[in-house]
Amino acid sequence: MLRLRQLAVSYDQPVLKGIDLEVATGEIVCILGPSGGGKSTLLRAVAGLVPASGRVELGGRDVSRTPTHLRGVGMMFQNDLLFPHLDVAGNVGFGVRPSDPDRVEQVLALVGLAGYGSRAVDSLSGGQAQRVALARALAARPGVLLLDEPFGALDVVLKAHLVLEVQNVLREQGVTVLAVTHDRREAFTLADRVAVLREGRIVQVGAPDELWARPADTYVARLLGLSVIAGVVYRPEQLHPDPAGSWAAVVTGRTFRDGRYQVSARVGEDPVTFMTSVDEAPQVGATVALSAHGCEGT
Amino acid sequence: MKKFPIPVLVLMLAACSPGGQPATQPPDEVVVVTHDSFAVSKQALRTFTDQSGLKVKIVQNGDTGQVVNSAILSAGQPQGDVLFGVDNTFLSRAQQAGVFEDYQAAGAPADLAAAAPGVTPIDTGAVCLNYDRAYFADRPPPRSLADLVKPEFKDLTVVPNPATSSPGLAFLASTVAGQPDWQGYWRALRENGVKVVDGWENAYYQQFSGGSGQGTRPIVVSYSTSPAAEVIFAADRRASAPTAYVDADCFQQVEYAGVLAGARNPQGAREFVDFMLSRTFQDEVGEQMFVYPVRPDATVPPEFQKYAPPPKSLVVLKPDQIADGRDTWIDEWSAIMQ
Amino acid sequence: MSRTALLAVPVLFLALLFVIPVASVVWAGLSAGPDRMLGVAFSGRTWQTVGFTFLQAGLSTLVTVVLAAPAAVVLARFRFPGRGLLRALVLVPFVMPTVVVAAAFLALIGPGGLLGVDLSGSIWGLVLAHMFLNLAVVIRVLGGSLATLDPDLEQAARVLGASRWQAFRRVTWPLLMPAVRACVAIVFLFCFTSFGVVQVLGAGQLRTLEVEIYRRTVHLLDLSAAAALSVLQLLAVVAMLVVIGRGRPVPRQQAVDVARPPHGWRQRAAVGITAAATAVAVLGPLLVIAVRSVTAGGHWTLAGWQMLFTPGDSTNAVDPWSAVLASLRTSAAASALAVGVGGMAAVGLSVRGRGGWLRTVDALLLLPLGTSAVTVGLGMLLAFGRPPLDLRNTGLLIVLAQALVAMPFVVRVVTPALESFDRRLLEVAGVLGRSPAAAVRSVALPLLLPVLAVAAGFAFAVTIGEFGATVFLASPADPTLPVAIARLLSRPGQVTVAAAYAAGTVLMLVTIAVVVAVDRVRVSRAVVF
Repeated sequence: MLRLRQLAVSYDQPVLKGIDLEVATGEIVCILGPSGGGKSTLLRAVAGLVPASGRVELGGRDVSRTPTHLRGVGMMFQNDLLFPHLDVAGNVGFGVRPSDPDRVEQVLALVGLAGYGSRAVDSLSGGQAQRVALARALAARPGVLLLDEPFGALDVVLKAHLVLEVQNVLREQGVTVLAVTHDRREAFTLADRVAVLREGRIVQVGAPDELWARPADTYVARLLGLSVIAGVVYRPEQLHPDPAGSWAAVVTGRTFRDGRYQVSARVGEDPVTFMTSVDEAPQVGATVALSAHGCEGT
Repeated sequence: MKKFPIPVLVLMLAACSPGGQPATQPPDEVVVVTHDSFAVSKQALRTFTDQSGLKVKIVQNGDTGQVVNSAILSAGQPQGDVLFGVDNTFLSRAQQAGVFEDYQAAGAPADLAAAAPGVTPIDTGAVCLNYDRAYFADRPPPRSLADLVKPEFKDLTVVPNPATSSPGLAFLASTVAGQPDWQGYWRALRENGVKVVDGWENAYYQQFSGGSGQGTRPIVVSYSTSPAAEVIFAADRRASAPTAYVDADCFQQVEYAGVLAGARNPQGAREFVDFMLSRTFQDEVGEQMFVYPVRPDATVPPEFQKYAPPPKSLVVLKPDQIADGRDTWIDEWSAIMQ
Repeated sequence: MSRTALLAVPVLFLALLFVIPVASVVWAGLSAGPDRMLGVAFSGRTWQTVGFTFLQAGLSTLVTVVLAAPAAVVLARFRFPGRGLLRALVLVPFVMPTVVVAAAFLALIGPGGLLGVDLSGSIWGLVLAHMFLNLAVVIRVLGGSLATLDPDLEQAARVLGASRWQAFRRVTWPLLMPAVRACVAIVFLFCFTSFGVVQVLGAGQLRTLEVEIYRRTVHLLDLSAAAALSVLQLLAVVAMLVVIGRGRPVPRQQAVDVARPPHGWRQRAAVGITAAATAVAVLGPLLVIAVRSVTAGGHWTLAGWQMLFTPGDSTNAVDPWSAVLASLRTSAAASALAVGVGGMAAVGLSVRGRGGWLRTVDALLLLPLGTSAVTVGLGMLLAFGRPPLDLRNTGLLIVLAQALVAMPFVVRVVTPALESFDRRLLEVAGVLGRSPAAAVRSVALPLLLPVLAVAAGFAFAVTIGEFGATVFLASPADPTLPVAIARLLSRPGQVTVAAAYAAGTVLMLVTIAVVVAVDRVRVSRAVVF
């Protein structure tokens, strides 16, 4: 179990302003926030890679003063950061205790790379490299695994596959995970609970459906991909083109997705998103009238 | 990386601490400071060690100029006990700087000893014109320095620069002493196509055509013993030398040994200077360093007798004459040759 | 360890071994009265010397860079048989003792030279020899930059509608500029302070500051003049470093080996001709040395080698094996010191966000290269020649002086590698349970080992030729190969000369072996000194 109490980090300016957060054993918590919002700093503070004030407790033990290498955390970075001078097995075995000789093969099998031990790391594809990085982080049996935008460098298709795959592995192994990402889809796929980070503070924590249903404020709502019109939040399925609608929306883009179109538009200054059937989809630049139905947003 | 600098620092400090060099010289060693051309057989040194109980350490420090100037710069805190290799072109300067403690070993020829009180003459050499015998097989070689300005010797001579080379300076001194109007002589030499190069090695090996020279000029300023060396170190031990020297106005170079002022082992130093005048050392001087021993009874290699007998026509200048004149000569010479 | 602490060691090293000695020389010069120094500094003859020094260095640099550039391109951009060997060979002249190089050059372009022209005593002889010596700098520095320059960039420019020439001028040239500036700086410094070549090929008629400092110091012991000239030289070099230090530093580049086989007969011919010309330019003088070691009196003979390997009982005789060992020992010690201290400087300099004063430190580290070896040697004698700091007979001063000269090379080689080293790898190791020290040992060291090896190799090659004249510093007890060569050449005789060339050949072979070994180490970064 990981518990953060009033965790704060300042460089020239405060970056984290007192984070309180708990991750239960075996739970996956994902911090969601915009780029440059201090997410990586949070993970680095947990790992002891940056000086921080406040408390970090791991398994009930205060590790705030413990140097990184004795904290028992695992970490996976945006780039795989595999050691180029070691082969796959050398990388995976880097943090493994000598008393655990079968561990390398075990975790390689876990990530679907059994038999890759003697491969050079520069011969791996992007997805393979990231899986080796995961295996390396898992191999040392960390008390908590920190994932820093672990899929950020991968292409969309690969990412979609890998997120599910990793989630499976993490659940099977019952690993306690604190991840950060700026991608809400990734957060929703991966996490039991999502924590939204805004300007160095956590503004809301909850299961994905809770956040979706009841975003704490318009900031969280926009971050989750919800539309906010005149201070009222609407989910995409609540908005639809309607000649009698009261809002005039200027279409800024449309994306074909799973048999329907997801349309981005602008009502006054407010960005909105709604779904249409293929036939109804408006052209970019067109103005459509919108109305809302179903339950009201908060 | 964190711990890295400390051992290096320690090493540097250790290197710089006085502990690096024992403060008191063990009395069983005598340190001889000399130039790169110094040579003696190890057998001879063993003889000295057996006789005196002193080990010999040789510190070689570049050419004569460098050795003498280092000694002058560290006068009073010498690098060793004995200095060998200061010659009559440098002696006055060294003595004025207080490099030597007064000591002269007995047994050197009176005239050489009298010219240099306070130090001991060990060997002499002579800087003479050398010529390529093959080139002059069917025409007369030069017989004097004055010949060099004649038309038949146009573009044939190469000399080392007196400003940067001791044989060069010796040759300049011999013209100063031997020619009625030396400045006029050099102007004529220049008109007659004399070539000046930086040092003896360049003049002899690269410009001179005789013997081991690879160049095109058949007349060079070198030593009277060079023809003997050409025979001793010839590819085939041919009967006769490929070069010869001109016995006319040869400049006499005398090399001295002296006890360094402030030496840690002055007694050992005096013993070593004495040893350098002994037959053991003197008999080797010719063979090892290609100079003439000062002791008339010392032996020299047989090739010396045949190809390099001591020259009869010598220009002899006292150390203080050279010291007084050298800077002026070089300046005037440079002005003429420019 | 903080950056300041890391930089303190090299700065201290520089202060102790460079600033103090040079200051001692100036102090000694001042003792004869400042008027005397000023008199020398402002005399017309001095300014002639300064002018000629700049002229020959500028001309040499221009010719070297222009003529070596095609070789740099060919070696960086094309694969062909013998490329590796040629890359190694061009380094050899750079590290050969100048005595040997100058002798070889006289044999080629001296009186009766094989090429049939006598260029000794002319500035063109100097320029040619300087080109030969510094070919390696251009090929390595410019080539290093070219080798990592992604050809896709130029193609991208072409796709954007640039002509071949425009693509070169607007994309390739700006990217190469820092490397060009770096090699111009190094070549100029070397030519500005070159000694042996000017001394021998100048035939006493060409006067540069360096030669004049030597003459005033060693032959005339005129310390006022030597100090005045040293200060002038130092000022000129500092001014140059300041000018060159402006502008962008060499950008960090990913290693992509872009070399490919030449394509089409035109390219094949161009590559072939350039490679052949380079090989001839480098091998010509080197072969002269080897050939002369087996000839005497116009015949082929091994007498020189026999003489070299049967040194006899004289104290002056040098056993070639022990000379090789002594050379290796001295160089190894100097290289280790240079890599240690220079490595620390590189770590300090490579920390991100290099401020103005760091650039200054960076430039200062180059100073020993641009300073007269005579001044440094004389200064060391003055500074460390009396108790309690009497290091004169220990041979240590030579090691220190060599380390001082080798250090700038180490810094130039190691800094870019450190700059592009991803420090997050150390964090990964930390997270995986390694203490900071263990992380450095298990990750940074293995990853940086190749570049450290290259730096050590460079330092080694530079020191084994006894770079510059270590004037005034006593040789260590066991003479090194260059000392052996000098001793052999002190007496005439065809066999002695052959033996001296044989010793030169041995030195050449040792150098080639070191260089080839270093070259086998794959470095993933542009090497820029």
